[in-house]
Amino acid sequence: MTQPFPFAAIVGQEAMKQAMVLTAVDPGIGGVLVFGDRGTGKSTAVRALAALLPPITAVEGCPVNSARPDDCPDWAHVTSRKLVSRPTPVIDLPLGVTEDRVVGALDIERALTRGEKAFEPGLLARANRGYLYIDEVNLLEDHIVDLLLDVAQSGENVVEREGLSIRHAARFVLVGSGNPEEGELRPQLLDRFGLSVEVASPRDIDTRVEVIKRRDAYENDREAFLKKWLKGDAALRKAILAARVALPGLKTPNTVLHDCAALCIALGSDGLRGELTLLRTARALAAFEGAAVVGRAHLRAVAAMALSHRLRRDPLDEAGSGARVARVLAEVLP
Amino acid sequence: MPGAGVPVSAKTGASAAQAGDLPGADGAAAGPVAGAQRTAPAAVALEPWARVETALALLAVDPAGLKGLWLRARAGPLRDRVTLALSAIPLPARRLHPGIEDQALFGGLDLAATLAGGVAARTTGLLADPAALVLAMAERCPPGLAARLGAALDAPGHSLIALDEGDADEALPPGLADRLALFVDLEGLGWGDSQPVVPDLARLSAARAALPQVELPPDAAETLARVAATLGIASLRAPTLALAAARAGAALAGRSAVTDDDLRLACDLVYAHRALPAAAEAEPPPAEDTPPEDTLPDNLPPEPQDSDRFPEEMLVEAARAALPADLLARLAAARAARVAKGATGSGAAKAGNRRGRPLPSRAGRLGSGQRIDLVATLRAAAPWQPLRRAQAALAAGLDAGQSGGVADLSHPLSPRSPSTLPALLLRPSDIRLKRFMEMSDRVLIFAVDASGSSAMARLAETKGAVELLLAQAYARRDHVALLAFRGRAAELILPPTRSLVQTKRRLAGLPGGGATPLAHGLQMALAVGQQARARGLTPTIALMTDGRGNIALDGTANRAQAEADALQLARVIGAARLPALVIDTASRPQPALQTLARALGGTYLALPRADAHRMAVALSGALGG
Repeated sequence: MTQPFPFAAIVGQEAMKQAMVLTAVDPGIGGVLVFGDRGTGKSTAVRALAALLPPITAVEGCPVNSARPDDCPDWAHVTSRKLVSRPTPVIDLPLGVTEDRVVGALDIERALTRGEKAFEPGLLARANRGYLYIDEVNLLEDHIVDLLLDVAQSGENVVEREGLSIRHAARFVLVGSGNPEEGELRPQLLDRFGLSVEVASPRDIDTRVEVIKRRDAYENDREAFLKKWLKGDAALRKAILAARVALPGLKTPNTVLHDCAALCIALGSDGLRGELTLLRTARALAAFEGAAVVGRAHLRAVAAMALSHRLRRDPLDEAGSGARVARVLAEVLP
Repeated sequence: MPGAGVPVSAKTGASAAQAGDLPGADGAAAGPVAGAQRTAPAAVALEPWARVETALALLAVDPAGLKGLWLRARAGPLRDRVTLALSAIPLPARRLHPGIEDQALFGGLDLAATLAGGVAARTTGLLADPAALVLAMAERCPPGLAARLGAALDAPGHSLIALDEGDADEALPPGLADRLALFVDLEGLGWGDSQPVVPDLARLSAARAALPQVELPPDAAETLARVAATLGIASLRAPTLALAAARAGAALAGRSAVTDDDLRLACDLVYAHRALPAAAEAEPPPAEDTPPEDTLPDNLPPEPQDSDRFPEEMLVEAARAALPADLLARLAAARAARVAKGATGSGAAKAGNRRGRPLPSRAGRLGSGQRIDLVATLRAAAPWQPLRRAQAALAAGLDAGQSGGVADLSHPLSPRSPSTLPALLLRPSDIRLKRFMEMSDRVLIFAVDASGSSAMARLAETKGAVELLLAQAYARRDHVALLAFRGRAAELILPPTRSLVQTKRRLAGLPGGGATPLAHGLQMALAVGQQARARGLTPTIALMTDGRGNIALDGTANRAQAEADALQLARVIGAARLPALVIDTASRPQPALQTLARALGGTYLALPRADAHRMAVALSGALGG
């Protein structure tokens, strides 16, 4: 595996980068949806994220990356109790993937060669405690989307098929990307993403030139380029780890809770998931910035990405939901 | 993205291209600036065939860096000349087809060898090591395969040659087209224009060796980025690929540094087909497909006005001159058609039990055109193997030469003899058959009266209802199409789509006013409905009007004839069994519309003073949604 393009070297697209970093600080935020034009660095960012993330500690040989030996599922027959450090899994879920590959199925190899009935874990098992990345998520077939919805909500993958009855933990951060011109995302799936950001090609020449120069340096003089930028990645990784430590001790004043609720009421977002995500994201941002208390500025910074995809669609509103969030934000939190 | 008007102009454009050959745009490009050029000679666009040859040579120099070639041509001797030259690419060639399976791409368990040997045998996938992937019939490449190939191309090493035989309405998936540097279109080229391509292997390998040392002038990246922005190319992959092309060009020419000539060549080969058609570019900025919400500082797109920068200007011209004028329009039309198809193309499903969403396979007998689910069959048989083997061995021992009632359907690889038992013992009860469930998507065709009598407010409500229905359409797999009739004709505003983004854009500019050509509206609704049905969708027509037609099919303002025509068409629609719904938006129910609804064999709904929400609710109810 060659070293991917460093995360720190990605030019611009601050909202997308911030959203990804925040999910790394607090995986409980629940995923990022990146919608936008082609060639804006969506997949580059996700692949870079994989290299950026701090490693996790998992039981050796456990197919679902369990943190403690007792958490290993029975069917895996993990004998080792040793803990090893692994890179955070970032699993690609390709379009047109079969159900078998996603949830896991009977291990044909073992069935054929040894006549044993054994479970072969799928992508959901491998993505446990990590990231599941779906490119062109809006083109994903409906029955796979249904599967994902179910698992993303319960955090557990249950397989009842072919005489197998298996369950295992499947807690992952869902990262999706796509181009809205090619089809919309089902609202149910939209709601499962904690954050959503829209990316566009940079419009000013200098940024574009910088992108091309860095990409070219990466392609043609990889070692020097990586040497230059991996330091930035390391610093970012350190900041993420520090933020994870700081997160539980963070103070959340009542006024902030009040602000969250007021904002969501004004926007008319469905359910309470909006408030919860907004708060969690603001806390993650505060921790990442090293603040001791969550403030209104943090809320303001993350409101658009946490709420814009949860609004009722107003077909006659031409401006788009991001603009609506900004407008309401200006009214409610002056 | 260009608007709805493009497909029509594209058709006329295509025929124009066949009549006249490649226009002498070279002169136009060179003319105004030639005298002022600093070092290089005038920007003369390459001759068409020389262009093809150059593209092939560049690809052979740096196949991995350029990522590949999009070759748009019909199968024939001319294309064979080009594909033959691909052998100069220093990578093993692998052929792919749109229906290729994951196992072939990524490798997997080799069932036959596993069964024969009793040990797991694996196949290597086609993507396992760097290769020149040749994708035949690339225009039919499904999104899933496009996504996989795109990911494979993002990793270094592979090169893809996409053989696109598409017509105006088909094209390579945009995700792949964006990743491939080069584009060659053989349409308009005759056998006489071409020569056999003889790759100069020694020169190519020398260029390959020199490639890493080629130096870039400091402003090359900036120039290429500016040219891309001027041409309206949003993707940032294009300038990166153009840079690689310029490098390869310099290496091929034996230069140690990239010059203006190389940049010009790169623009010609990499940018030309990506540029927006000149017509679309002339419009103000919103050609950008970004949704209105924008977190970036709201800069206007770069002003293409640095006219003192001659090289750039010339590069733009070179790119523009490189291709026949109508080609861009045609490509845009194909892109638009692809977009209009909506999401996964799941609507294109045809009848039959051979495709669709897979259901769990079930036990059954072979025959009657059923397909066996081999994997499920093996799974069913696998747990029993040790037991059956013991049994069979026992039977063989007791009664040599007979299999003791074991219905052995095993494959021909294992000879049946009592001493060597087959690797797999299958019984008929193990057979599993594939089953599929097919859900046809519904397309709601709104035929909307946009005449003067339908007040503008009413039109706005109708737009609102369309968008509301579409917003809920996901759960019901609905597509929506919209046609409006006014004045003397009907117009298809929105071809069947599921994209709300697209709908909003198209609906924003729906004009109103004029007479009521009801018959034209019905005629077009019928055409759209039948097209949709041919594509495997289930069409439903919703006609919204407030009165009787007053324009006959032949365009005269003859009320009696107009009504007769409308009724006639309504009967045709009824006979074609297209479900229909008439929504009367007049302030008082119109008996004529009730008659029309009866002729259509459809439902009649009177909705005076309906707002968008009520209309959507009533429609959902009437459609059993």
